[in-house]
Order: sequence, then C-alpha cells, then structure tokens
Amino acid sequence: MAKQLMKGNEAIGEAAIRAGCRYFFGYPITPQNEVPEYMARRLPEVGGVFLQAESEVSAINMVYGAAGAGARVMTSSSSPGISLKQEGISYIAGSELPCVIINIIRGGPGLGGIQPAQSDYFQATKGGGHGDYRLFVFAPASVQEMVDLIMEAFDIADYYRNPVMVLGDGTLGQMMEPVEFKEPKKRDLPPKDWATTGAKGRKRNIINSLSLVAEQLEEHNWKLQKKYQHMKEHEQRWELYKCDDAELVLAAFGTTARIVKSVVNQLREQGIKAGLLRPITIFPFPDKAFAQLPDTVKAFLTVEMNTGQMVEDVRLAVNGKQPVHFFGRTGGIVPTPAEIIAKAKEIMGGVR
Amino acid sequence: MKVVFQRPTALTERQTHYCPGCTHGIIHRLVAEAIDELGVLDKAVGVASVGCSVLAYEYFNCDMQQAAHGRAPAVATGIKRVHPNNIVFTYQGDGDLASIGMAEIVHAAARGEKITVIFVNNAIYGMTGGQMAPTTLVGQKTTTSPYGRQAEHCGYPVRISELLATLQGAAYVTRVSVHDVPNIRKAKRAILKAFEVQQKGLGFSIVEVISTCPTNWGMTPLEALKWAKENMLEYYPLGEFRTPEEVK
Ligand SMILES: Cc1ncc(C[n+]2csc(CCOP(=O)(O)OP(=O)(O)O)c2C)c(N)n1
Ligand code: SF4
Repeated sequence: MAKQLMKGNEAIGEAAIRAGCRYFFGYPITPQNEVPEYMARRLPEVGGVFLQAESEVSAINMVYGAAGAGARVMTSSSSPGISLKQEGISYIAGSELPCVIINIIRGGPGLGGIQPAQSDYFQATKGGGHGDYRLFVFAPASVQEMVDLIMEAFDIADYYRNPVMVLGDGTLGQMMEPVEFKEPKKRDLPPKDWATTGAKGRKRNIINSLSLVAEQLEEHNWKLQKKYQHMKEHEQRWELYKCDDAELVLAAFGTTARIVKSVVNQLREQGIKAGLLRPITIFPFPDKAFAQLPDTVKAFLTVEMNTGQMVEDVRLAVNGKQPVHFFGRTGGIVPTPAEIIAKAKEIMGGVR
Repeated sequence: MKVVFQRPTALTERQTHYCPGCTHGIIHRLVAEAIDELGVLDKAVGVASVGCSVLAYEYFNCDMQQAAHGRAPAVATGIKRVHPNNIVFTYQGDGDLASIGMAEIVHAAARGEKITVIFVNNAIYGMTGGQMAPTTLVGQKTTTSPYGRQAEHCGYPVRISELLATLQGAAYVTRVSVHDVPNIRKAKRAILKAFEVQQKGLGFSIVEVISTCPTNWGMTPLEALKWAKENMLEYYPLGEFRTPEEVK
C-alpha cells in the first residue's frame, strides 16, 4: 500500500481503527486533541462509537465497561488527564481487561505546560495507579513506528488481557510523516468468552477486581506477576544503532532518541565511538539489550526529557559494570544536539 | 403442588451479607422479579457499585461488572454502547451516586444513556460505618456529623430525582420507598417501568428508592422503617418526576 502523509495524532486514530478498535472514549486536552477529533469523524463511518466523556475519570470507566463487554477500545489523553485515569487503569489491570491507552505527554507537574516531555515515564512503567500492577508500555520514536505499535497493541492487550499504554509527546503527535498501515504479525488470540455480553446459553460472567480474602488476592497478584514475567521474557524490544564498537552508549526513548541518533553520528565524526540504545518497550524494559553490547563500552549516557527517570532502569540493567551518566531537559524543553554532545565529551574526556 | 413463592431466577442462591432488616435485600428482590417478569435475564448486564451493595455481582444471576466508587453509570455507558440490545442496569448507593459519582450520573442522564439506575438512598454511608452522606437530613446524626448535620456548616441534602428531572435526557425519573408493603408494590412497578423505558429505547431511567440502614442509624429494623417514613419522605417526596408518554 502507498504511503500517506499523516499527522501523528491522526495516524494514532487510523491505526487503532485498522486494528479493529470500534470504541473510543475521551476528553479534550492539548496536545492530543486531534486523536478524539479524528475518532469522532472516522468511527461512525466504520460503525463504531466515539463518545466525549464528561471527564477523564468517566472516559476510562467507559473504557472499563466496553472492554469488559468484549470490545476493542481505546482512550487517549495527556499527562494531567492520564493522572485522573489512574484509578480506572488500576481497576482495568486488576480485572484483567484489554484496552489501549495513549499518553501524549506534556510537561508537569500540575497543570504544567503543553510542550513535549517524558516526565510520565515512572507513572507509565511502574504501575501508575494503586496496587501492584504493570502496563505494557510502548515508546515509539516516529509516526510510522507509532502506527505499527498501536496496531499491535490491541493484539497484545487481548493476548495478555492487560492494558497497553503507548507514549508519545507533542512533537510526535503534531509532526507529519509518511506512514503505511501494515498488518502486525498474527498472535493466537483466545476468544473473549469472559466478556459480559448477556449470559445466554452459558454461565454468567463477572468482571471484577474485588477480592476480600487476602489469600485469594495474593494468588491473583502472583497470577498478574506471572504475566508481567512472561512479557519480560518474550516481549522486550529495542533498537541498537552503531553499538558494535561503541565506547559510549547513549540510551534514549521516543522523540529524544531521534535527536540522540543524530548526536551519535556527529560524535562519530568527531572521533568519539558513540552508539544508541533505544528501548521500544519501556515495560518490559529491554535489559536483554545490554547483554548484546560489546566489551568496548566504557560508559552510558541516558538522555531524557525529564530530570532522570529511565536512567534508573538503565542503572539496574548495567548493574554497576560501567558508569551511567544522565542528561535531561524538562518542563517542555527539547534537548539540543550541541548540549548532548558537550555532555558526551565531558564524560569521554574523563574515561580516557 | 402450586408454587406460591420462590426465589426469582434472577437471584443466585448466595446468602446475602446485608444486615438483618436492611432493605437492600428487598430492593434486590424487586429488581430480580422485574428482570424475571420481563424475561431479560440472559440479556441483562448489571453494574455493582462501591457501598454495601458492592457484592451485588454475587447476587444478581446475570452478567455483572463491578465498578469503581461512583463510576457505575460510566461503566454502564461503555457496556451499553457496545451492546445496545442488552439491558444494562446499575445498582448504587447515595454516597456512590450523589457524592463521588455526581458527574457520572448527571452526564449519563443528560446524554439520555439507555441504562436503568437503581439508586438506593439510605441517607448515610453504610459500608464505611455510618458517615454523613450528601443525602443525610439536616439534624441527622452520623459518625462525621456527630452533633447532627448542620446546614450552615455542610449545606443541605441533595434531592437527586428532582435534580435529574431537569434534564431532557432523563426519560423516566421516579422516587419510591420500601418502608411498607403497598410502597414495595409501587417500587416494583416503578422498576418494571424503568426497564421498559430502556427496552423501548426511550432514554435514561432511574428509580430512587428510599431505603433503611438500621445498623448505622442505630435502630431496630422496625424503628428504621418508621424513621424512614416519618423523616425521609417529607424531604424526599415520592412520585414520578418524569415519565415518557409511551409508558404512562
Ligand atoms: C475512591 C474511593 N473512595 C472511598 C471509598 C470508600 N467507600 C466504600 S463504600 C463508601 C460509601 C458507600 O456509601 P453508599 O454509596 O451510600 O452505599 P451504602 O453502603 O450506604 O449502601 C465509601 C466512601 C472507596 N471504596 N473508593
Ligand atoms: S450497613 Fe446499613 S446499608 Fe449496609 S447492609 Fe447494614 S443495614 Fe444495610
């Protein structure tokens, strides 16, 4: 199929529809408004339902209801709205319902700003709401990758019966890039025989996260942990760029990784053997990628649009074998190649 | 042998956990009888809320979802939009619906969401141990209004039926009570009507049921029924506030 030029936020909507999503519940917030707007236009054309909820709280609970009823359903928001959704997300994870949640992150805390940020990494990867749960989290770096991952996200959500979150930021949401919609690789998806569709000719189904007997709740938690463990073993995804002989590995995700890629090229022109390690899944965090790095690596530099969040996972993966440095800009400031290069030189000067 | 009384098929055999004399049990039965009479058990999807009726999913013998505190109308919206031909109902207390879930109930009604809401108003937070609810009467003592609810301090109780009746999407709005047999019969007819409104696709329907909480009111079941009649009905008058022509 021919490529078409699409704005990131609209491509999110189209990818979801191509993946069979027929229900969308959302509430306006910049910089993701084109997602609900696109869905409002497109979903009725394909026999689906777009509904603007009265709040993010309502939207995520509509998602809960629709997911429990067996539908492919999505919601999208930006940081403050995602915070409001956390209780509902916890219920969805606890009840083991599949859905896709988009967070086009903006600067925080509080109302923050509307410029691009990555300051919701902790919230996305460490649970976010109450209770011991995890989301499956993708961090695409281009509009095409976002489309590919969203199309797959619905299958992954169904496969694990777990919410999948896809992170972006205003840059990714607003930029236009050529995209192509490709079928994701097929997964064996079990029928949704647990959904509340009306108990006709079968035992009744209950969607629930309440468990008043501690032993049963513990057992349920271990069952959830098993899923997360399975994700860690089978779903880690990353990109290594020019890492074969790298002495300095820069780790970055999403939009920042694009900037860092050009930094790697510039550093190499200046004689520093740099490489990029780009997590594509940030839960599960791709710690397997670190095992593939050559012995030449002397140091790591994590670059993020926050004050240092993913760097903690990088440090856990590196496990003290090499120093892990950090460079971040925050509040909606996008780091420039020049300042990352300066940081890299400072580190490599020290290591040499 | 002629059967004169039996458990509605829409109720499971589970023994409920409700306190002795609590009218939640009566209301469960009325909802179940209505589901049976309309023959919609295999199309029904119920949404349990957070409150004493949180375990309603154990008692209603149909597909059920358990919702976060106050969010049952949003959850029901999600279900109904996916399966418009199912009969979707919520079962909510007054803390759940009239306090934390105020936005969800108002907007579900405003949208004319084709769901049925069973709203159990016992003027108190039962499950958490008898705290003040938005429906607690002025002067009424609760654990968080130990001197009696004072209007100058925390305002006046919310009349949900009157409030929702101002919304065009709310097709059927009625308040009933279960403090005596004639009223229980009326309550049953109201619940039947509410489901019919949904079946006919006429819009949102809500039945507010004046209920008791003997445990947290600190009364015997009989005293509680009397108290409900003598105190609640004056502030919460019974009757239909909106009724579509089609079911009049
Ligand atoms: C978000 C959240 N806040 C508070 C609670 C605690 N809580 C449980 S039940 C309840 C009140 C229920 O009262 P009501 O809706 O009147 O129902 P009743 O128990 O009287 O039937 C509260 C506040 C909760 N479960 N979740
Ligand atoms: S606490 Fe009150 S509302 Fe709850 S079951 Fe007991 S009597 Fe009923």
